[in-house]
Amino acid sequence: MKFSEFIVRDAIVSALAADERDSVIRELVQALAAQGAVPRALVEEIVRAVIDREKNGSTGFGKGVAVPHVKHARIKKMVGTIGRSVGGIDFNALDHQPVYSVVLLLSPDNQPKQHLEAMNVVFSHLQRDTFRRFLRQAATPQAIGDLLDEADQGK
Amino acid sequence: MPIASKEVVIRNKLGLHARPAMQFVDLANRFSSKVRVLARGENPVEADGKSVMQMITLAAVEGTPMRIEADGADADAAVTELAALIDAKFGED
Repeated sequence: MKFSEFIVRDAIVSALAADERDSVIRELVQALAAQGAVPRALVEEIVRAVIDREKNGSTGFGKGVAVPHVKHARIKKMVGTIGRSVGGIDFNALDHQPVYSVVLLLSPDNQPKQHLEAMNVVFSHLQRDTFRRFLRQAATPQAIGDLLDEADQGK
Repeated sequence: MPIASKEVVIRNKLGLHARPAMQFVDLANRFSSKVRVLARGENPVEADGKSVMQMITLAAVEGTPMRIEADGADADAAVTELAALIDAKFGED
């Protein structure tokens, strides 16, 4: 699995306008909807589902990154996007530190293997200090996209 | 220091996704022993049992054989309880 198989390039947000968890989640789902990756009519339902999942246990696993996600019956094709926050977001992270990089992942509810493989890609790279640092510094959607390409190519 | 290990198989339908990984790490952190987990799927991989990010990268689907290893004073209790959590499907289907 590669980032390019689920990250919607044109939905990448390099400077999130929102600065708190729930509005960041909404901004990213709306960015996917704006590219036709999520039906507009579903936005609020998906936002609620992601927030509910987040309340169940923060996906801010530490080191300035969070991976809010949900498996949902009305998502037919796995999609994701990335948001970058300059000022940091309180994501109720496990290490109580602000989050600067948010990877949103929306999966169908009947394909657990695909979901695990996508999470594997996301966390394999997020665990690397250099990847996290470059992701936090990438100031444009293009720069974030290039970083994902390099990761996909194993650089 | 005692070393203990146990073989288990992931039994819940959704596999070792984020929530079960967190449950596992929460439990592992109650022990002083070091915990290492080896997933023996198509591509064998190992993770620090006390790191959520590493546990998620195991991408262990239903049916994946795993080996839990603990090294420390409470190694036996650690592998027993962690194996029981996996056997109980993390409370899922």
